Amino acid sequence: MREITYREAVREAMREEMRRDSAVFQLGEDIGVFGGSYKVTLGLVDEFGTERILDTPLAEAGIAGAAVGSALVGMRPVAEIMYIDFSTLASDMIINTAAKMRFMSGGTIKLPIVIRTQEGGGVSAGPQHSQCLEMMFAHVPGLIVVLPATPYDAKGLLKSAIREDNPVIFIEHKGMYASKGPVPEEEYLIPLGKADMKREGKDITVVALSRSVLFAMEAAERLAREGIEIEIIDPMTIKPLDRECIIQSVKKTGRLLIVHEACKMYGFGAEVAALVADEAIDYLDAPIKRIGALDVPIPFGMRLENFVLPNAGDIVEAARQLMA
Amino acid sequence: MEISREILIGMYSKMLLLRRFDEKVVELYRSGMKGLYHLTAGGEAVAVGVCSALSQDDYILSTHRGKGHYLAKGGDLQAILAEFMEKQTGCNRGKGGPMHIIDPSVGMLGANGIVGSSLPIACGAALSAKLRRSGQVAAAFFGDGAANSGVWHECMNLAGIWKLPVIFVCENNFYQESVPVSRHSSIQDLYARAAGYNIPGYGIDGMDVSAVYEAAVEAVQRAKRGDGATMLECKTYRFHGHSEADPTKGLRYRSGEELAAWLEKCPLKQAKARLLERGWIADAELEAIDQRCTQGIEEAVNFAKSSPDVPAEWALKDVFTDDQGEICHEGC
Repeated sequence: MREITYREAVREAMREEMRRDSAVFQLGEDIGVFGGSYKVTLGLVDEFGTERILDTPLAEAGIAGAAVGSALVGMRPVAEIMYIDFSTLASDMIINTAAKMRFMSGGTIKLPIVIRTQEGGGVSAGPQHSQCLEMMFAHVPGLIVVLPATPYDAKGLLKSAIREDNPVIFIEHKGMYASKGPVPEEEYLIPLGKADMKREGKDITVVALSRSVLFAMEAAERLAREGIEIEIIDPMTIKPLDRECIIQSVKKTGRLLIVHEACKMYGFGAEVAALVADEAIDYLDAPIKRIGALDVPIPFGMRLENFVLPNAGDIVEAARQLMA
Repeated sequence: MEISREILIGMYSKMLLLRRFDEKVVELYRSGMKGLYHLTAGGEAVAVGVCSALSQDDYILSTHRGKGHYLAKGGDLQAILAEFMEKQTGCNRGKGGPMHIIDPSVGMLGANGIVGSSLPIACGAALSAKLRRSGQVAAAFFGDGAANSGVWHECMNLAGIWKLPVIFVCENNFYQESVPVSRHSSIQDLYARAAGYNIPGYGIDGMDVSAVYEAAVEAVQRAKRGDGATMLECKTYRFHGHSEADPTKGLRYRSGEELAAWLEKCPLKQAKARLLERGWIADAELEAIDQRCTQGIEEAVNFAKSSPDVPAEWALKDVFTDDQGEICHEGC
């Protein structure tokens, strides 16, 4: 199978969906000829023109609001928020309106919106361009939250997100845009709300998100040489969450490790830990472990950033402790 | 522009409906109806003047004070009262309440409880109309307080650069809630801000329904010609407090003399005087209009009261469209 980058996979998904459905259009800051800060939309304006690849002012609330308004009356907007850190400026529209409008209307309207953004550290971007804020949105009823970890997942999930009739927060990772993986030429979709088992193993269930999936894959190779087989579950969609997949895996392995780049405290790991404690505690042979960033802003310099963010070595270490 | 007898009588009738509706809401609220009620009284000419210039398939976006906008746009009396009473027959099926009226069937894309929110959503609806080349217009109602929010400025700029078919209707009633415009805004004529966004802005007597209507017709024409947005600042006044939770009618922060002076400028009084002065209407007809309003409201109250309550389980519906909803409630 051919291999393409994560960036190309996202772009392909958007190109295919825009060709398929004339109601799909994109708006965001510098997404036109410039191709976006991370060059994800590069070239799309040549095919679709400046109306459907709409450069906006630096006005995140306006962007999110225009997405809501246009989705209410016939369009399927894909709004790019350049950095998830800037989504705080759009969060009123997302949290107070997009997430609630269908509910408040008694089901009479639908909001087919995708908010595309990217998060994460690893590029010395500093505290205001490196955060992982997915839980801010996952905590609000009415939003679907998706974090793809591979080019294959990014393409299939984004195509589904664009066809979805509910607001989707689609969170890419800036550190993965250049990563390559197999993506078939022929069309495929990946359903939202379903987890993917990235690796099968009998000893430890590792639930990993976004770029942490890649770290978990790396750790799995090292651990295998020590005779420890981890099973990697990538939820891909954290809201709604495929709980069954996680529970079934824990029932098999008896050990649970959750890994994400967002701060450990009040993070996704706490939710998964609570879920397993509620529904599968009798199957556990060891305490639940969580790995996440330290509870500090993400520092600028690589030395400090590496100290704060989790990596493959942390997963190897935690796995050894769980097996001890 | 010469406003016809038919249009003026139509607008007067609508304004009277809004006034009688407010009176009924006060009565129901005082006898125990739940919810936060921000009433229109005093602002009828803005709601009716603007909506009379719009077509059925044009859009409006509204505020916490949105009941009058909805009714002026052709909203359903029965459905709005049923909504207030948390009934299945409400326009939002009893799930939105008085601050969040949504009824796409008449182009009401939503009253919003977050001040300033009408503008971005209206820009989006107008953008959609522009991309679809549908010829529709979106009007965003907002108060003087909203004009100080960041999103207001973002949207004025968006509408300016994209030439959106949108009308920004500022209902300047001189108080953001209790703080007067003289203390909350850097300028007193808010429409002057429109120039900074290359949008024509007009100061309108918001107590004169004909003036509002004429300005709105021109704004609609501008939008439909493809010449973009207009801002209409309608100077008006609210005869009640910010909401019915303030029984003092706002007299903690404004004077009785000021209120009395504005009551003299009542938009209904003015429209009625004009109709009589021109010999366009007789007392008997005025009486008949009033009776029709009152009777329609009574029927709507009875309809609402006899409608089935919203069952508690409906709290689990409509978070997402059906399929996704099932996944979510099982999964979360």
